[in-house]
Formats: sequence, C-alpha cells, structure tokens
Amino acid sequence: MKNDYEAVVGLEVHIQLLTNTKAFCSCTTKFGTSPNMNTCPVCLGHPGALPTLNKSVVDYAITLGLATGCEIRPFSIFSRKNYFYPDLPKGYQISQYEDPICYDGALEIELAEGQKRIGITRIHIEEDAGKSIHDVDIDTLVDLNRSGVALLEIVSEPDIRSAQEAYQYLMQIRQIVMYLGICDGNLEEGSLRCDANISVRKRGTEKFGTRTEVKNLNSFRNVERAIEYEINRQIELIESGGTIVQHTMLWDATVHETKVMRTKEKAHDYRYFPEPDLVGVSVSEEWMQQIRQRLPELPLARKQRFIEQFGLPKYDAGILVDEQSLGDYFESVVSKLSGKTEESYKLVSNWLMTEVMRILSERKIPASEFELPAEFIAELVDLLVTNTISSKIAKEIFPQLLTSNKSPIELVKEQGLAQISDEKLIESLVKDILSQNSENVEKYKAGKSNLFGFFVSQVLKQTEGKANPKIVTEILNRELNNN
Amino acid sequence: MNPIETVEYVAELARLKFTEDEISQFANQFQNILSYIQTIEELDLEGIEPLTHISQAENVFREDVVQPSLPLEDVLRNAPKRNESFFKVPKVL
Repeated sequence: MKNDYEAVVGLEVHIQLLTNTKAFCSCTTKFGTSPNMNTCPVCLGHPGALPTLNKSVVDYAITLGLATGCEIRPFSIFSRKNYFYPDLPKGYQISQYEDPICYDGALEIELAEGQKRIGITRIHIEEDAGKSIHDVDIDTLVDLNRSGVALLEIVSEPDIRSAQEAYQYLMQIRQIVMYLGICDGNLEEGSLRCDANISVRKRGTEKFGTRTEVKNLNSFRNVERAIEYEINRQIELIESGGTIVQHTMLWDATVHETKVMRTKEKAHDYRYFPEPDLVGVSVSEEWMQQIRQRLPELPLARKQRFIEQFGLPKYDAGILVDEQSLGDYFESVVSKLSGKTEESYKLVSNWLMTEVMRILSERKIPASEFELPAEFIAELVDLLVTNTISSKIAKEIFPQLLTSNKSPIELVKEQGLAQISDEKLIESLVKDILSQNSENVEKYKAGKSNLFGFFVSQVLKQTEGKANPKIVTEILNRELNNN
Repeated sequence: MNPIETVEYVAELARLKFTEDEISQFANQFQNILSYIQTIEELDLEGIEPLTHISQAENVFREDVVQPSLPLEDVLRNAPKRNESFFKVPKVL
C-alpha cells in the first residue's frame, strides 16, 4: 500500500448457527443427500404457513453478544427484507433491522505490534436463503434445504486498516464462535461468510472515501487477497485522477481480481417493515445471567493464561488454544503430571505440537476424539524429566502407547528401557571403554579433543542407548581431564 | 416523487405492470390513503414507542427439536418444472 494512504475497512460476517433445526421451522439443518429433502411449507414459503422462532437461535445470539462485550437489547423484533430471487421463496428474508438484538461490542485482535480493538456495531438474527445452481442445467436449479437456516450477521465498525487486520479479525471471530459451540467455522463450506466494505483516504484526513463492497470472500486467503487488491485498485484509481464509484464488487478467485457485479441502476430498496407473523423477543436479566455462567474462557484470554500460568512461548500457546479440544487435552495432561514445572509443561507442549498433532492431522480428527489417555503423555514426560528414560527411548515407545494399551511405565519395565543413571555403574563402564581404547586416550590427551564424542558414543553403544548421556559426559570429563 | 412516479416505482419493485389508466387510478387511491394516514401526524406522539404488533404476546418459542420435513413428492408437487429433485426456474445469472 502506498504510504500516504490508509485503508478503512469494515466487515460483515455471517455465521451459520449449529442449531438442530432451522430458525422458524422444525426442519433439520443437516444437509440431506437430495436437494429439497429438508423443507416444509414454512421454509418453502407457502402462503399461510407461519414461522415459529427457535429458542436456541436467540440463546446463541445472546451468547455471541455477551462474548463480544455487546449490549443486549431487552426487547427486539423481526423485520421483513423484501427482494425477489428464486432461492428466496417468500419474496422476503426475515431479519432484524432498526433494533438488532446485540449492539456496541468489540473484540481484540493480535497484531505484530500488539493487540488492537475492533468495534462491533451490531449482531442480528436472520434466516439464510436457499441455493441457486446456474451451471448444471440450461435453467437455474433451486435447492431450498438451506432456506430458513439460522444466521447471525456480525457487522464491524470501520476500524480495520489493512487486509492483514481483516484476516486477523475474521480468524478471531471464527475461533470465538467455535469456542462458543455456535458455528462450525467452516469458511469453504459457507458456515462463515464474509463481505467487506472498503475505502481509502489520505493519511491524516478524517473524512471517509467512497466505499465499495466486495462479496464472495470464501476462504481466509481470499479475504486477505481480495481486500489487498481492492485497496490497491482504489489507490491507483485515485492517483491516476479517477474517482471511486460506489459499486458492489465480486472477488474472482481464479484470476485474483475484484470485478464490478452487474447491479441494477436503482439502489436497493428492501422496504423493511416489522414482521407481523412473529412476536418480539424480550431478554431478561436472568436469561443473560444463565448464559454468562455458561460462557467458556475465550481463545485469546486462554492463550494469555497459557503463557502466564505455564510459561509457554507465545507460539506454543497460540497453537495449543487454536482448537479448543487440543487446549483441553493439554490442560488435562498437565493436571496429571507428577512434576509440575515449566520444564515439564514445555515438554508436554512439544509432544502435543509434534507427535500428537501429526496423528490428529493424519486421521483428520479433533483432540477430543484422540483415544490416548492424557495420563500416558503425562507419565512419559515425567519419565523424561526424571531422566528415567532418554528422549530417544521416549520417541520409540510413543507409537507403542497407541497400539499396546500399556502405560509408559509398564512398557519401560517390560522392555528394560529405563535409562541408566547409576553413577557407579556408568563409571565402571567408562573405565572399561577407556582402557580398551588406550591408544585413543593418548591421542585425546595429546590434543585431539574431538575424540571425546567417540568415547561418549562407545559408552552409549555398550548400553543400547540407555546410559544417561549427561552423566556419561560428566564422568568422562572427570576421568579424561582431571587425571 | 409525484404520485404517478410513486406508483410506478412501487409497481417496479413488486414486478407488476399496469396500464396508464390503472396507474392514475392507483395514484388517486394512494393519495387518499396517505392523506388519511397523515392525520396521525396531528397527534402529539412525544415519548410514545412505535407500535409494531397489536398482540401483547412476546417470546413465543419453539424448542430446537427436529420434526419430519415434507415428503419430497409433496415438496415438488406444485413446481411447474423440476430437474430430479431441484426446482427449475428461468435462468437468473
């Protein structure tokens, strides 16, 4: 970005809620094998069919509102947003207009230079439309399985100043809604959708430039790329003497460009009016209190706690909290450690980030479905920290933990894998090795100091890798250098 | 917007076509309705919340429990055209 310009970006994020049923009818939200399987007179928009609000939808809206520091409106109503499109069978979308259920919140995002607060203007409840398919038949095909599925729309303040910040904001929303268990966070499958309002202005000016809206940002990379592209397009246009026109743009992921969407000449007029078929929603203090008590620790707070409580590096903490159940698994392992030291915590983190995460990604499962008991990892780390086994042996027995159903201690006993830390024993081994290699000892004493490694490896070889290398080194040092 | 333009605008939004006679007839009727509504503006409504529903009811909820959907054949029964189990409509893109 040219340095004398700054971007002003606001995001509208739609999240699809993980309710069992749709917002206003009892059809399942699971996508059936066939189109239109999960529909009924309400979500098909048949005349006379009446909507009834799903209580969980309100519950989830309040949950997200409280988690993002929003005010919760004591009384709110639904409105009809009127427009024609084949995948909107009623001819209107039930939404909230003037008085969204949540408003005036914020969330923190993490940037290289520290945390930044991004304001949330509003969060409101609405229903999804169906799906139009344009490329299978000569005509348009319509599947209404998604029609009426509950969404929350989260509108940010124009506090975002770069594509990178937009990316971080979206990641943070995704993590939060997944932690809250209200959305599966899958951007590619459309459970999380994002539109961006973008303008640029000269640094130091207060007035916003003319903005464009960019739609179709269906992956995290696309969000960043599309916003970056649109910011640069606007700056170049202004620099070359042009003016920004308030268009709706579509991101084309195949050619990496934003393009003007074919829009009608007249501005959209949705003719919002109160939905007469649904009564208002009133949220009591008790209801909010119940939800407040259920709120989990949020990812960023948890990350901070992992850094402070366990002395973990920022990088480790970030990875461990990214997926909630991995963080849970970490805490479970840590709670079962006999030695609760920062050294042990870091070792647990290392095992989870390497061996455990490798298996999880191979099997494509979350940590909650990982069968290895947390005790086993804790035991393994305890054995390492007390020098009972070497890290080489630990790596060797790890796969056996998964297949044998035996604990690390059992395996170590059974196979005689315990590390030899007995100083007397190691001393006698060292003396044997040195007397068998008297020629090399002479060379070493004559200055060929790299032979030290040779002696260490000989002792380890003698013990099949079980001798504690630290003690071997100490004793060798004493024997070779002090005599 | 004059009354004729208003009728034309609303008709366009509703995708409806009318003859000139119909439009001027509706324009008159719109005028009557609007001036009738305008009498409300003579009232002092300071501090009165807009009334959106006549009913006093609130929080009418349904539990989040799945009920059977409509059988597919019933879903598609009134569809003028279909392709397998899709509704088929004139090309829109």
